[in-house]
Order: sequence, then structure tokens, then C-alpha cells
Amino acid sequence: MSEFEPKIVVFLCNWCSYAGADLAGVSRYQYPTNIRAVRVMCSTRISAHIVLELFKDGADGVMVSGCHIGDCHYINGNLFTERRVKLAENLLKLAGVEPGRLRLEWVSAAEGERYSQVITSFVKQVKDLGPTPVSKDPKLVTKLEAAVDAARSFRSKTLTSKEVKLTGKGNVYEEVLDPKEYDLIIERAIEDEYQKSLIVTLSDHEARSVKELAMETGQPTDQVLDHVVALRAKNMLALDHIEGSTPKYKAISGGA
Amino acid sequence: MSDDEKRIGVFICHCGSNIAGFVDVPAVTEYVKTLPDVVFATRNLYTCADDGLTSIKESIKEHRLNRVVVAACTPRTHAPLFQGTCQEAGLNKYLFTFVNIRDQCSWVHMKEKEKATEKAKDLLRMGVARARLLQPQEEARVGVTPAAVVIGGGVAGMSAALSIADQGFPVRLVEKDSELGGFVRQLNSVYQDRKDAAEMLKPLIDRVKGNPNIELLLNSEVTSADGFVGNYDIVIETKGQERKDKVGVIVLATGTKEYIPTGLYGYGKSPNIVTLTEFEGLVKARKLPKMSSIAFIQCVGARGQDKSYCSRICCNVSLKNAMNLAENYKNMLGLEETGAVTEAPAAQMEAPAEGGERRRGRRGRRGGAEGSEEEGGAAAPKLEIVIFNRDIMAYGIEHELTYNKAREKRVRLVRYTPKNLPQVSIEDGKLVIDYWHETLQMQRKMNPDMIVLATPLTSQADAKDISMMLKVPVGQDGFFLEANVKLRPVDFATDGIYVCGTCKGPADITEAVMQGIAAASRASIPLARGFVQPEALSAFVDSDVCSGCGTCIEVCPFSAIRKNESGKAEVTIAACKGCGNCGATCPENAIFMNCYSDEQLLAEAKAALQEAKG
Repeated sequence: MSEFEPKIVVFLCNWCSYAGADLAGVSRYQYPTNIRAVRVMCSTRISAHIVLELFKDGADGVMVSGCHIGDCHYINGNLFTERRVKLAENLLKLAGVEPGRLRLEWVSAAEGERYSQVITSFVKQVKDLGPTPVSKDPKLVTKLEAAVDAARSFRSKTLTSKEVKLTGKGNVYEEVLDPKEYDLIIERAIEDEYQKSLIVTLSDHEARSVKELAMETGQPTDQVLDHVVALRAKNMLALDHIEGSTPKYKAISGGA
Repeated sequence: MSDDEKRIGVFICHCGSNIAGFVDVPAVTEYVKTLPDVVFATRNLYTCADDGLTSIKESIKEHRLNRVVVAACTPRTHAPLFQGTCQEAGLNKYLFTFVNIRDQCSWVHMKEKEKATEKAKDLLRMGVARARLLQPQEEARVGVTPAAVVIGGGVAGMSAALSIADQGFPVRLVEKDSELGGFVRQLNSVYQDRKDAAEMLKPLIDRVKGNPNIELLLNSEVTSADGFVGNYDIVIETKGQERKDKVGVIVLATGTKEYIPTGLYGYGKSPNIVTLTEFEGLVKARKLPKMSSIAFIQCVGARGQDKSYCSRICCNVSLKNAMNLAENYKNMLGLEETGAVTEAPAAQMEAPAEGGERRRGRRGRRGGAEGSEEEGGAAAPKLEIVIFNRDIMAYGIEHELTYNKAREKRVRLVRYTPKNLPQVSIEDGKLVIDYWHETLQMQRKMNPDMIVLATPLTSQADAKDISMMLKVPVGQDGFFLEANVKLRPVDFATDGIYVCGTCKGPADITEAVMQGIAAASRASIPLARGFVQPEALSAFVDSDVCSGCGTCIEVCPFSAIRKNESGKAEVTIAACKGCGNCGATCPENAIFMNCYSDEQLLAEAKAALQEAKG
């Protein structure tokens, strides 16, 4: 069998990284052929769920590259990029995919050589990790589906987008939040959202009991029950039928 | 032809051998023909040449193409050309997409033709996937308020204001200080000819004051600016009085300040250790002490010592001052013997008193070389001039000549390295410089009467505030960041705001004036045209889904989103630059980007993960 050739998607911002990648070409810096670049105006465009979708579809690696902090063409777009990539990384961990398959880089328009080095090192990193486990494991696909939904949820999107302001300038009372504390808040919220999404995804195809869901998600039953109650209140989950004395729940498709 | 029917034409460029030498272009072309909705695919030796462009135009008509993909060099240089070609053939330019197979494929995989060909196929598949989802876009037309505001009344700002005013547009020139002239006002003379700085400024200031199109607002600041190109609502504050105004364009020329080398080379410990600009001030005020030796130290606080950059002008300013001292020292001293600045007299007074001889030198300078020779005779004080430098950047024609002249005049240029900085100390009230002589390879000492520290020009303290107010970027060193360092040097990425002079980095007067005129010329384009047509790269809000939470308004770097009467977010298309921050932010997923939607991005990226068949 020939050597493993990973497929890696790279998102490049138009103003810095894409120009840096062009400069690598103009200067003929060679790098491995495994990357497929997608141009966006600003790296901030890349929502966490886009990254997670690609992993769900079998990407071996994903990189997001923007302007250096302070040099963003859109003033501070890349500060948000940082938060979004971190969100994707946290959800990858929760879903059980190696976070090393995702990388955030800053490459300026003048850093052609560095671009080639960054790509070379990332391709090596992904090669060392081997082919994505997702294509062989349908459970991982389900988990990543839940991760995508969690990334799209109101809570994780609001929290990620407000972090820059709340830990920088502060809230309307000009109270600045401690970034570490904020990280914890986000982590907890994301895990919550992920578990909820996972419950919805798992009960999408067939009705499941709280106990079954607890086994599948590896969460304590009382916590799963909490989520089930919350999801029912949000009209995302409904009681399907009662088996013996066990209630079974099913996701409401298109509900929200 | 139904709206849904996608008819994609693909044009693959050989770029001579630049692409075809490293990628099997015929194989890629054959492969592309198998992709969904591709009705036509061809290859050209040079797609950007006349015959290539003609082939695009003819194919659009012949094959009724409604999407065009060009695979070639890079969109950064060539997308506008092909978009124009599509438009000439009646195809909306937003139905064009570019696939980069040269700069990011053939040129970076020159030894792996097979793999590079596979990659090119993948990239084409991605491009076609994107093309299928493209939608035609209309560029909105927005009117322009025919007036400009120039912030900053230094040489760059004055030049810009005059240039706009001369084209017939009203200009508000807003200056923080009570006088025009900016940084140059502090200077004694300007290089190359060492003309008096005030004399140089006067005609410029007079023209500004006399121009009926310029409204001069001294002691004033722009305190708020809202809107977008052609339509800015600004507030100008003059001594506590606020005034609201409307302008179409904004030119930023807020200038610079000198770096204060606190803690470096004994600065602040002796009145005879001064910065370059302070030295200019002493000369201007005729307060130079009598000296027998003077040392300049270059790159103080620059080039990695504190600031990362080279300040560009200081080598030449030091050379100018050194030449002035070498040729004109007598004349630079105080008009009276008591002219010394220093509370204590200058350290050494060995220079012979020159008495009535002092005035004579002025004419001698004009006389050129011979005049100076004569002046440098026995009657003139012997002044030792040393410039400690890492390397002298006397770029261009005139500076190099000054440098040569300075060497002829026995100005000593002593090199130091960052590892071996000259050490300044004060012993018994005398200045001492201990330094390692690179050429002699030995430690040396000198006792200058004065030390002049050449420090870099730095960003103004309020640069960050202005950056926040106008939503324009500053770089790591606090200078304003232009849209493109080479191709758009006086534009900001934000349309309608322009930048010139030392607020975007160290520059000399010539350069600042050039930039001022350049910025004025750029700023006059929307004013003269009367309308603007921003690129249709904007965000759109689905008001049925929007919950009015306002998170997008917080993150938008250009204040392009506001809440409308029904409490929903609404994008001002003319102000939106299409960065996509709001699109990625929207907690309700109610915002989509018309040219970079989730759907388009995912289709393009996911196409990369499929295997090429064939």
C-alpha cells in the first residue's frame, strides 16, 4: 500500500494568508501537495461548525490561517477567529477526534517561506496522526453531527462572539471579565450544548430511554434527564411512547 | 434556459510552461469535462492574452455559459480582468470564479507532476462546486456628499487639503494644535539644502489660509465619525464646542512624534544629551553651547532596541546636521556669547573664541565647497563630529552625495553592532562615550560636549483612538495600516478613508507631501464621480429568523449593521466589506454572506474530500 496521503483543507484569508501562499509560489518554496486551499475574505468567516462539518465528511486535517493579530484587514476579525477555532477544538475533543488535526496559524502576505514551512509541518503532524478515524467509525460521525449542532447553537455562538468584548473592553458596566474564568464558562456551556445535541442526534432515528441515552453518551442519568427535560421544554424532543414503565423520547425533526 | 440550469465553462491556462510544465493540463481539462454542469472546458496557452479572453467571450455566447471558471495564476492579480471579460460578454461578474493552479499549485510542487496534477483536478472540482452555487449580484449605487475632512495640519495634511480644494471641493482641515505645520515646526532646517524649515513651511501655510475652499479649524479634533464612503456624519470639537458635519471622504494625516529615549544612553541625566529633534530646536533657538566635539548616536530605541523598525529619516537628518556643523558651526552658535542652553557651560571650552568673525560664515555656506574651505580655516573652531551608527542608510541620489561630502568634511562615521553598543557615562560632569571600534578592534573613549540621540519617529498617542473611531487598522508599531503596501499605499481597506504622511510610518517631507497629494487624488475620485458602487460582497439578514439580539452589531468592524424600526438587524450594504464576522457570529444563523455563504464554502471545501475519478 502506498504511503498515507492526507486530505487537508486550508482556509486562507484573502489579505494576508492567501497572499502569503501566493508569495510562496512566486518564490518557489516547495511544500507537500496534500492541502486544498479555500479563499475567504477574512478568517473570521470560518464558523466552528464549518470546520466540524469537514471533519464529519472525512477531512484528515483542517487549518485556518489569517493575518497576524493586530494586522487584520478588518481590524479585529482574527480575534474572533481565535475564539471560533478554540470552540471547534473543544468540540472535536468532546466528540473524540484528535484536536491535533486542527490548526490555527497567522501568516502575513510577506511570509511566503513561513507559509511553506507551516504547511510542511502541519502535513507531517497529520500524517503522524494517520488517517482520520471518522470514516471507519459511524459513532464518530454521529458525535460530530452533534458537535456541528452544538457549534451552531445560540449559546455557544453568543458566548464565543461576545468573548472579545467582555474580556477586552468589558460589559456595559465596564466590568472586564477574567479570560480564564470566561474560558471555563464557555467550556461548561459547550459541553452542555454538545450533550444536548448528542441526545437529539441519537434519538433522531429511534426513540430512546434516558438510561439508553446515558449509556451511549457516557453521562450520568440524572444529567441526561436534566437535558431531556430542557430539550422537551424547547420543543426539540418529545415523548414517543412508554415501554413497560420506561418513557422513550424521540427528536422532533426541524424543531427548535 | 431555465434559471436552475447551470452551464459552466472552464478555461484552464498553461501560462506558457509555468503551469503546463508541472501539471498535466490536458489531463486536467479532460477530467473537468466529467464534472457536473460543466458544458464546456478548454485550455489556453495564456488565458489572459487576447485570444484567451476572446475565447471566453465567444464561448459564453456559443455555449450559453452562465458560470465561468478560470484556472490560472492567482485571483489577486487576474480576477478583475476575467470578471471584466465576463461582463463584456453579458455575464454578471459575480458568476465568475477563479481557481489558483499556479501560485498555489504548479509553482510549489515542481518536482511532483503526478501529485500536482491530482491536486489541480481537486482544485478544479472545488471551483466548479463553488461556481454552481454562485448567484448574480447587483452593485448598489450610493450618492456622495461632495466635501472632505482632512485630519491633521502638517505638511501631508496641508498638501492633501490644498490638492482637494484646488479641484473645487470644500475641505475642512482639522488641526489639534493652535498652528499649522505639524512636526516640521520643531525643526531648524530641512535637508538637502538645509533651507530654513519655517521658510519652507510658510508658502504652504499661506496657500492653505488663502484658499477659499479650505475651512481651517485649529485647536480642533474630530471626535466621532459614522457612516460609509460618500456619507460620513462627523463631529468636530473646537475648544469644547461641538459641530456636526457631513463629508464624503476622510483623509487621515495625524502625523508623528519623536521617540523619547528614557533610560537609553544617559538621556535625561545631562542637558547636553538631547534627541535629534531637541537638537534641531536648540539650533533653531540659537541656544547651541560652544563645543569642541559632538557625537550623534543613530538607531536609538529603533531597529529592535525598543521599536522594531528603521525610522528611515534619521541617518539623513544626522548627516544634514553634521554637515551643518562642519560647514557652518560658528553661525549656529548663539548670537551672543551667553547663548548656551546649559545651566552649566558646555563641558569643554577649548574652542577659540571667534568674536566678530561669527557672522561671516553665512555667506560662506552659499558659496559651496570653496566657501566652506575658507571657513574651515584657522579662525574657525575645530569641531570633532562623530556619528555612531549601525549602518548609514543614505538612500537615493542626494543623500548619498551628502554622505560623501560629510566624509570629505572629516565627519567620522563609527560603526557599532547591537551586541556592542556605545556606553555613555558622565564623569565629573563630563560626558564620556566608551565604544568598541570595529575597524581597529579595540576599546576607545571620547569626551563629547554634546550627545545627540537619533530616535525614531513613532505613532501618535491617540492613533489607537482614531483607529477605533474610524474603524481603520493600526499595525504592531501603532502606525496606520494601508490597504496594500504596494498597490494601494494611501487607501485604507475601508472605502472613503485615506491615509498619508508620518501617521502611516516614518517619512520625510518630500514623501509626506507626495503621499498627501496621492491621498487627495484618491479621495477626489468618489467626490468627482458623485456616486459610489461598492463591491457586492455584503452580508444579508433574514429578518424572519433574526431575533434582534444585536450580537452582529457588536462585532461588525465597520458599524455596517443597525437595528431597523422593527427591531431586526439590517446591513448598510455600502458600508459592508463582506468580512463575514457577523455571518459566523449570528446566534440564530440568520445572516448569510452573498459571495461566501456557508453553503458555498462547504460545497467548495467538501469537494476537496472527494476522490477524483478519471
